[in-house]
Order: sequence, then C-alpha cells, then structure tokens
Amino acid sequence: MLQYSIRRLLYIIPVLLGVCFIVFVLYNFVADDPAITLLGKHATVKQAAELRKELGLDKSYFLQYVDIVRSAFTFDFGRSWSSQQKISEILSNKAGASLSLTIPAFIISMILGISLSLIVSFFRGKAIDNSIRVICIGMMSISYLVYIIIFQYFFAFEWGLFEISGYESGFPAFIPYVALPILITVVTSLGPDIRFFRTIMLDEIYQDYVRTARAKGLSERVILFKHVLRNALVPIITYIVIQLPFLILGALLLESFFDIPGLGGELLRAINSNDFPVIKAFTIMSAIAYMLFSLLTDILYALADPRIKLQ
Amino acid sequence: MEKEYSLWADAFRRLAKNKIALISLVIVVIYAIIAILVSLGLLAGNWAEEVGPENVAPTAEYLLGTDFLGRDVLRKVIYGTQVAMTVGFFSCVIAIPIGVTLGAVAGYFGGFVDEIIVWFYTTFASIPYLMMLISISYVMERGLKSMCIALGVTSWVGLCRLVRGEVIKHRNRDYVQAVTSLGGGHAKKLFQHILPNIFHLVIINASLRFQSAIKSEVILSYLGLGVQGTPSWGKMIDDAKQDLMQGQWWQLAGATLAMFFIVLALNILGDALRDALDPKLKGQES
Repeated sequence: MLQYSIRRLLYIIPVLLGVCFIVFVLYNFVADDPAITLLGKHATVKQAAELRKELGLDKSYFLQYVDIVRSAFTFDFGRSWSSQQKISEILSNKAGASLSLTIPAFIISMILGISLSLIVSFFRGKAIDNSIRVICIGMMSISYLVYIIIFQYFFAFEWGLFEISGYESGFPAFIPYVALPILITVVTSLGPDIRFFRTIMLDEIYQDYVRTARAKGLSERVILFKHVLRNALVPIITYIVIQLPFLILGALLLESFFDIPGLGGELLRAINSNDFPVIKAFTIMSAIAYMLFSLLTDILYALADPRIKLQ
Repeated sequence: MEKEYSLWADAFRRLAKNKIALISLVIVVIYAIIAILVSLGLLAGNWAEEVGPENVAPTAEYLLGTDFLGRDVLRKVIYGTQVAMTVGFFSCVIAIPIGVTLGAVAGYFGGFVDEIIVWFYTTFASIPYLMMLISISYVMERGLKSMCIALGVTSWVGLCRLVRGEVIKHRNRDYVQAVTSLGGGHAKKLFQHILPNIFHLVIINASLRFQSAIKSEVILSYLGLGVQGTPSWGKMIDDAKQDLMQGQWWQLAGATLAMFFIVLALNILGDALRDALDPKLKGQES
C-alpha cells in the first residue's frame, strides 16, 4: 500500500503539468490580451509593453509556461493583478468565511441524507419510499438559482427570519449570516444525496449476506443498521471524501448572492476581472487538493474493505 | 417458453409499460417540437412586441402576464425553450462523441494509449467543474455558441470513465474473441460489436447530460455569460431578483415551471431507461 501511495503521489506531477497547460492555453491563446484588459482600450503601446514586461508576458511562451509550473510547485503565486494583494494572503483571509458556510452545510446535509435514505430503504417499495423519491426528483428539477432567490425573498426579505446579506467574521457573529445559505445548500443537496445513498443501500440489500441474515431470523432493523449500513459505508465514505476539497472553494453562487467574503466570491471576481494570477492559484490549488483527496479515498476504501487490494 | 426479445425490443417493452416514462417521453418530444418551431421562426418570433401595459399580472389575455416593457411573458418562455433545448442538445453533441471515443479507445487498446487518456481526463477532472465552465465561458465571446461549447467540453469526463470501464470488461469476452477468430479487425470489434453492447449507457448519460446543461444555462445567465439580446429561462429567472421585490412573480414562475417539466421529464426518462436497459437491475424490485 505504501508503494501504491507513493506512486499515486508522484502521479500528481504529470497531472499538475497538464492543469498548468490548460490554464496557460486558456489565458494565453483564448482570452484577450491581459495588458489591454488591465489598462483599458485607450492604453498607449508603450504602456502596454511596460505592463507586459512587468507581468512577465514578454517572455517566450515556453518560459511563461515554466513560470506557471514553478508557481505550482513552490506555491508562490505572486500578487493579484487587481488588488496587488499577495495571493497567499487572499487565500488565508477568505478561507474562513467559505468554510463557515460550507462545513456546517456539508455535515448537516450528509447526516440528513444518510438518515432519510435509511428510512427510505427500510420502507422500500412502500408509499413513503415512493413519495420521497418523487419529491427528490421534483426538487432536483428546479434551478439552484430559483431556490436562492425564493429563499432569500421569503425567509430574509419578507419574513425577516435571517439576514438578507452580508457577513461578520468570528464565531458566533457569522451564524445569522450563514444560516440561510446553509439551509439552501442542505435543501438543494438532499435530492441528489438521498437518491445516491438509496441506490447504494438497495445494492447491498439484495446481496446474499442479507438473505442469510434474514434466514437467521434477524429483524429488518438489525439487518439495516448492523449489516447494510456498515457495508454501504464504503461507497458513502468515498462520496463524502471526494467532496471535501471543494468545500474550501466555497459556494460560488451563494457567496456572491449573499455577499459573503469567501473564496468562491473571490474566484468569481477574479474571473470577471481577468485576474489571471488568482485564477491560476485557485485552479492549481484545487487540482492538488482533488488529487490528494482522491488518493485518500482509495486508501480509505482499502482500509474499510479488506477485499480491495491496491496495486 | 417465454418469447425472446432483443435488448432494445425488451427495453422498449419495459418502457412502454411504464406510463410515467411514456408521458415524460411525450413531454420531451413536445419541447423539442416547440424549439424547432421557434428556431424556424414559426412560433414566438414576435416576443419583442409590446402587447399591452407594463407589468400586468397573469390574466386570461396574458396567461403569464407581461414584463417591464409590456412584452408577453408566455412568448418569452416559449422562446426560451429554444435556448434551453439548443444548449442541452449541442452540449450532448459535443460531449458524447469525445467521451465515447476517448473512453472506448482507452479501454480497448489499454497500455500506453490508455495511460495518456487517463492522464488527460484526470487532469480535466481535477479542475472543479463550475470553475472550468465559467473560465471557458469568460474567455470566449458571450452567447449561445460559447455556452454550448463550454458545457460540451467540460462534461465528457464522467462518460469517458464509464465507457472505458465497460469496454475493458467487454474486450476479453467470448463474443469479441469469436469476432477475432473470424478475422475481425480492431475497428470491427470495437465499433460493430463492443459499442452497441454498451450504447445504453450513452443514452442514459445523454438524458442526464441534457437536463444538467439546461440547469447550467441558468447559472451562466446569472453570471452574465448566457445568451445576449434574446430571452432565455436563465435570464428570466435572473431578472426575477428585482421583479420579486416589486411583487412580480410571474416571470420567475413561468420560467421555473417551463424548466421544471422538461428537467423532470428527462430525469424520469433517464431513470426509466436505466431500469429498462441495465441488465444488472433486471428482476430486482426497485
């Protein structure tokens, strides 16, 4: 397993080179000239040339690509083009707000999702199961943006139960501001979560060991909680761990809608203003996180299920 | 003895028994017809026309009311159908060939080719979907075309991975060996024999891809990256931010409902297709 892990860790290198290349191509060949974006259309040729030099854009394409790769391996992403702030500072300043929203939302929706899917699989084929399935699929058919608009309008604007927007840092000052975004996240993720967990549990329920347990005369409840849930945990863990790196990226839309100063909103701002170093930093960091967490998933998988051998 | 059916005949038989799935299919067809009629200019071509006073709530005359310029909201909803169906259709048309070709080639040939393709899609997958989608839309000119391209090139990874896994399972099966012994080449084995056996996965994936593209259109419109100058459901929902504050709910309701039925129908159809086509699930109560 150690050998496997090392090999997987080394695999991050070629993937990272690929990610750097995608970033490089997108912003060097497809996007507009950043000098013009930053200075406006009325910039003189001289100004533009100076700025290009300052930003390192006058170097050959190969050297520019090497620069991106270097920053990916040293984590030194330089400064934001628009605010001149160090990117490492931006990341550490804004991560808190994002996490105060995404972590509670994630925990609540996982607990709710797993419990509801247990209930649904217990009553499989019955009225409760069918109606929850219909509700899930119906909820998934409404746009995410509609949830945000309706919830913000009714819960915050009309009934005044939550703050409409804004943010204060520090616990517990942030709670009133993130409560509604958390509620929205939980509500919108219930549909897909329950459907996914239900499929996993039903996969287990039709296995031979469950039939054996039933033949032994165990009650359905014991079977569900002791046998099925424990075996279903393997894919559930995978599902959970693989989502973790995206929590830090924050909730792009919610943050911009509710004026929460998190990383998601920052990323949106960066993309909007062509702030290339920030986009580059976000892309590379999230790619590394994704790779690390998917390795972690595989290791957990092997630990939880002795039948799986990592090679 | 029970009569034997081919996979597709059997699937159709199962699908036809499922009333809700049939209704869903009809809904999808109706939306498609509306979209075609709109793009031919036969329907809702006059959406920009002022038909009455501004901001009228739904009445018998204006079923979905009018907007802030006195335009008929129902016509805008109908026009938006074309945008949604175009986005759904073309993102499938782009994503599915990429996913199927890369996945099939990787799975069939294995070895070095496989490693390169796996590396390629791992690279793609490690960039968060929404981030990639937004980046691509930003760097291209805004509009329907770039939205379709952005959605298409960002959404093939899942299908590619799936097809690769299935082709690996199939490539050593007896029927493929039989083709080899009959002198069939790679292309014949892959395209004539293996791919038809896994094609149901493509269809299921397409129906889900389609609805997810329709939903993404709303988010891109909110970010100002959607269609420019013509109505779309995303833009109508986005406008509703201000509308709601003035008590005007009909634009939001119209666009949301129009979207709800097609997305719901595609979801149900996807599920029903999976039940009908996935042999592993056969015989199980669900």
